[in-house]
Amino acid sequence: MSGAREAVIEARGLCNRFGSQSVHEQLDLDLYRGEILAVVGGSGSGKSVLLRSIVGLRRPNEGRVKVFGQDLATLNDDQRSQVERRFGVLFQKGALFSSLTVTENVALPLIEHAGLSRADAEHLAGVKLALAGLPISAADKYPASLSGGMIKRAALARALALDPDILFLDEPTAGLDPIGAAAFDQLILTLRDALGLSVFLITHDLDTLYTITDRVAVLSQKKVLVAGPLAEVERTDDPWIHEYFHGPRGRAAEQAAASAGQEH
Amino acid sequence: MEPSATLDTRQHPARLLIAGDWTLAHYTSLKRDSERLRDQYGADTIADLSQLGRLDTAGASLLAELLGAERLSRCTDELPEASRALLKTVYCSVQDYCIPIKEAEQPVLLQLLARIGCAVDTLWQDTRQLLGFVGLILATLATRLLQPHKWRVTPVVAHIEQTGLDAAPIVALLTFLVGAVVAFLGATVLADFGATVFTVDLVAFSFLREFAVLLTAILMAGRTASAFTAQLGSMKANEEIDAIRTLGLNPIELLVVPRVLALLIALPLLTFVAMVCGIVGGAVVCALSLDIPPAMFLSLLQSDIGVQHFLVGLLKAPFFAFLIAAIGCLEGFKVSGSAESVGAHTTSAVVQSIFVVIVLDAVAALFFMEMGW
Repeated sequence: MSGAREAVIEARGLCNRFGSQSVHEQLDLDLYRGEILAVVGGSGSGKSVLLRSIVGLRRPNEGRVKVFGQDLATLNDDQRSQVERRFGVLFQKGALFSSLTVTENVALPLIEHAGLSRADAEHLAGVKLALAGLPISAADKYPASLSGGMIKRAALARALALDPDILFLDEPTAGLDPIGAAAFDQLILTLRDALGLSVFLITHDLDTLYTITDRVAVLSQKKVLVAGPLAEVERTDDPWIHEYFHGPRGRAAEQAAASAGQEH
Repeated sequence: MEPSATLDTRQHPARLLIAGDWTLAHYTSLKRDSERLRDQYGADTIADLSQLGRLDTAGASLLAELLGAERLSRCTDELPEASRALLKTVYCSVQDYCIPIKEAEQPVLLQLLARIGCAVDTLWQDTRQLLGFVGLILATLATRLLQPHKWRVTPVVAHIEQTGLDAAPIVALLTFLVGAVVAFLGATVLADFGATVFTVDLVAFSFLREFAVLLTAILMAGRTASAFTAQLGSMKANEEIDAIRTLGLNPIELLVVPRVLALLIALPLLTFVAMVCGIVGGAVVCALSLDIPPAMFLSLLQSDIGVQHFLVGLLKAPFFAFLIAAIGCLEGFKVSGSAESVGAHTTSAVVQSIFVVIVLDAVAALFFMEMGW
């Protein structure tokens, strides 16, 4: 890739600590426009904390995060809300509003931010739900009566409601069946190509890594150990990375991706 | 660029010109335009998308609805690859999707009757469940009472601290104030008969027999029943209670019994605090405005008020405690999934426990009066 890529997110010198326990020390990470960046790391390596610091839900103890060239922490409420409207966040457990139906969940940002009428918003919400692959029968249900996979899809529809510039996905394919997970990957790819989305993806799904990511950032030892295209990361000389990509599951996923590539 | 959809009828067949940015920001005006155009063109109209600017999912869904999948697939050749893929993805998913038609509303009278019926049924079910739950707690208590090595002392003590010790200041303050108010009322009414000295009896009687235990129980219903419901309710919503069951443990024994025992101990103690504070409140008013000094107040108390009044008041406390704890826990178990449900059941726990406390107190008052205690 060319060197003059525009970074939509720049994290510099990020430190996150909980009491005496330090999660990140001097962490640097960039997300470039139009790329799908996967963040991988062992359990407890601070992937979700990193996501929370970037979207501004957690103020880092040190360092700064620039989004579209602006530091969220220095903006006033209005400007901040303007920037936040360009985010779409899919939380790990969906975080759907439990007192609203699925359609209302997706329609809420459309009514509040895009200024649509309720009927228009619910219509468009239906389109987004269909796009996310949620069956029509689920549209009028409350989140409590949905399965885990359906909650993921509904939450994706809500994250996509405002056609965001940056999509943050926290383990999107965890808990989906393989068919659903593959369709999910394909949907992310299509949306990225069509809308020029930048995608920040936390995942443990090796198939996702091999099929759709442009770059992979490995979070280990409290910082980004290596970030780059998958082939480059795989070759890094680090025991954890070696175990991750060359373990039995890593090999299987790589072979599957390679054979799928040959068929096309 | 400002988006538009215009029908050019000068050519034959007519051309539908799609231009500009079809994005969410223009959704409302574009939807209006496309609804107006929909009836105006025939099957042979050609769509021209060459002027199309930016496109997002909202715009793509409008285009898919306006043009239909079949026409759209014919005219997207000149579009960039990415927009074509988006349009294809959107119309494939929109094709078999339509907003379900909502059921027609029933007439108001029918709805009213249905709701009344529903409420009566709920009341019956609630009562049945509460009786069943009380039985369950008693059975668990009875079996555990015989096995002292299985007593869970730590949670009981922790709950006594939360429900008893932490509530003592508010109970003391409120009953002190109510005691003072009762003394004022008594003084005003009894002054007409020159019998202000009986204010002492009024305060002592009312606090020992009724007010102390009733006020404490109502406070506990508001403070503790709601806490129990919220605690158990969020555990239920988080599937923690199911986890306890699958681990082969008994949620009644683990969660409910310690809370019930704690309140059984805390409420009588708080009632005693309430009695003392209420009478002190009365004594302060007597001393300040009725010229009855504390020493005289105490000697009147000693000579006029029998110990049975104190016992009658205190006897009711464990019953109130048991019911408040049982209702709080039961409502917690009834919570289902959503945050709204936790709120609804917490409200219901407070309302039910206050209702039960007052009804039981009225029945007890009648009983004690008939018995002459």
